[in-house]
Amino acid sequence: MNERVLEKLSILADAAKYDVSCSSSGSNRKNENGGLGNAEGMGICHAYTEDGRCVSLLKILLTNHCVYDCAYCVSRKSNDIKRAAFTVQEVVDLTINFYRRNYIEGLFLSSGIFSDPDFTMERLVRIAKKLRTEENFNGYIHLKAIPGASDDLIREAGSYADRLSVNLEVPTEQSLQLLAPDKSRKEMVQPMKVLQNGIKANRDERKVLQAAPLFAPAGQSTQIVIGATPESDWQILKLSDGLYKKMELKRVFYSGYVPISNDNRLPALGTPVPMVRENRLYQADWLLRFYDFDVDELISPEDPFLDMQIDPKLNWALRHLDQFPVDINKADLNVIKRIPGIGVKTAEKIWKARRFGKLNWEHLKKFNIAANRAKYFINMRVDDFQRKDYTPQQIRNFILQTSHSKYAPNHSPQLQLF
Amino acid sequence: MQTVLYDGSWDGFLCAVFDVYEYKFTDAQIVPEHRFNGNLFATVHHARMEQVHSQRVWKGLERILSVEATTALYRAFLSEEAESEGHLLAYIRYAFASGGNMEDDLGHASVLYVVQTARRVWREKHRMEAFVRFQETADGMYCAFIEPDHDVLPIISPHFEARYADQRWMIYDTRRKYGIYYDGSTVAEVDISFEDKIDEHNIAPAHAPNEAAYQALWQQYFKSVNIAARKNTKLHVQHMPRRYWKNLPEKQPSVSPAFTKKK
Repeated sequence: MNERVLEKLSILADAAKYDVSCSSSGSNRKNENGGLGNAEGMGICHAYTEDGRCVSLLKILLTNHCVYDCAYCVSRKSNDIKRAAFTVQEVVDLTINFYRRNYIEGLFLSSGIFSDPDFTMERLVRIAKKLRTEENFNGYIHLKAIPGASDDLIREAGSYADRLSVNLEVPTEQSLQLLAPDKSRKEMVQPMKVLQNGIKANRDERKVLQAAPLFAPAGQSTQIVIGATPESDWQILKLSDGLYKKMELKRVFYSGYVPISNDNRLPALGTPVPMVRENRLYQADWLLRFYDFDVDELISPEDPFLDMQIDPKLNWALRHLDQFPVDINKADLNVIKRIPGIGVKTAEKIWKARRFGKLNWEHLKKFNIAANRAKYFINMRVDDFQRKDYTPQQIRNFILQTSHSKYAPNHSPQLQLF
Repeated sequence: MQTVLYDGSWDGFLCAVFDVYEYKFTDAQIVPEHRFNGNLFATVHHARMEQVHSQRVWKGLERILSVEATTALYRAFLSEEAESEGHLLAYIRYAFASGGNMEDDLGHASVLYVVQTARRVWREKHRMEAFVRFQETADGMYCAFIEPDHDVLPIISPHFEARYADQRWMIYDTRRKYGIYYDGSTVAEVDISFEDKIDEHNIAPAHAPNEAAYQALWQQYFKSVNIAARKNTKLHVQHMPRRYWKNLPEKQPSVSPAFTKKK
């Protein structure tokens, strides 16, 4: 290890950091060969950066040399930055030595495209193969599936990696044409389809033969950049919904655009990162995946942006006051989950505990519900709170008065686009 | 009020519970010897340490409770909180009196306490699985020092054993003065005192040749993945509370001159 590797690491980690995915969960790779590591069950965040994001994997680019010139990307061909490239062995050594020290759960390897997609993909696969077969490494590996690489290489990558991802980056073909003219949506979707089929086939195979080798056991994910292009939240959530249902993606990540260029097709340098919007999209995403909400309940083409002041569940509840207040001692679990201020875990606690006796407000407070929101939607005596027929606007104002956004005043509520 | 003293171990606690039933102490409190300050009005009973007794209590609990519930009892005990013994005893009395089927009764103060405390201990376990930082020594052993809020070494051991099967490692709890050591085949508790021999925060003299280089690389990586435009100190500290920083190389002063981002 020398100074040169340290410098490469600083360049190639810096270039990879805009990829927000860092999850290391959902795999089921055991340490059965007496080798190094495992990737089972839930992920572990080994550290958190000063911006509060989880550091779970060694997330680096193999190289930031790139033949493409995508406007939103810091590694674009026309950008005047320092370039570097790791050797295969350097990535292997870093991964193994970080892992042995319990710094990381594994490797997240992406790359700029040098020469052509197959050439790049082949090197990513070679690193994963070396880790698995020569180093007996069973830790987590996340590889980028490079659009345009051959189906065979994508499938080979799936046989070594726990998860793969193709980043769609911009939500529509139209914006892609504008910002990344070298790329096409069709080329991006192709590796996703190959992976989907591989994952399905592997699942069926392992039902019959449990010892069958794994194929991307943690599935595939993607990332969408938020606020670089004019798409609405409705367009974005519809896209996510389709990706979950039709492509069976495990996760869609949303990445608030961090201005990195003077390109006039993009928000100017110094424009705040749309962190509140990103947060609201994640909340909506969670409602789709864990709360049985349908995307059309949350957002519509008539009102295509999420409310920045209040979360999407509260927003939904205020539009459906006829369904409240709920009697938590009688209501179905699904109905309890829809009460603002009550999460999935708490809803399950309530649902279990009420078998033993009627629950009151004191119980709920001990379950750590968000009382300032929930009290408007629950049918029981709440301290000295006077229940009346408030209008949605009144409830909204009361709640806003008694809460403060974790983002204010550091960040503006939403990026003004046009 | 009958005070039942025990040695502070889980086995000892179960023996104390056994004696509470055996001697029909109706108004009993169980207290570890190291926390007992000689209450003037208490009548004191020393729990009899018999493995048969602790086994009987545990087997009895296992018979009527789910694995989740018995796991939660043990974890709540590892919290070392002063009120834990009282709630555990109340929980166990409730369980035996009702023949089980009460573990979801979160309206019961002690059931809720056990569930929530077990959750806190689980969180500390998860944190330690994240924040352990091994340093490689010259003889090829990987050493880590931790100072967890709760006594989690017994429950993090299986995780590290499964994960680092091919390296020798030791994790030492500097507050509770004991560690766990894996020699390449099994994990054992170790009780060595480091005080005079080695300073646990500076084992640099014993480092393997590459150790400092990897710490420098890790520090560099930690710095490079940060996005300054998204700075959020509150969230950072919420996830990585200050009390853990002293054992995290990424929160230590740089061990090598940093590379700044150059054009």
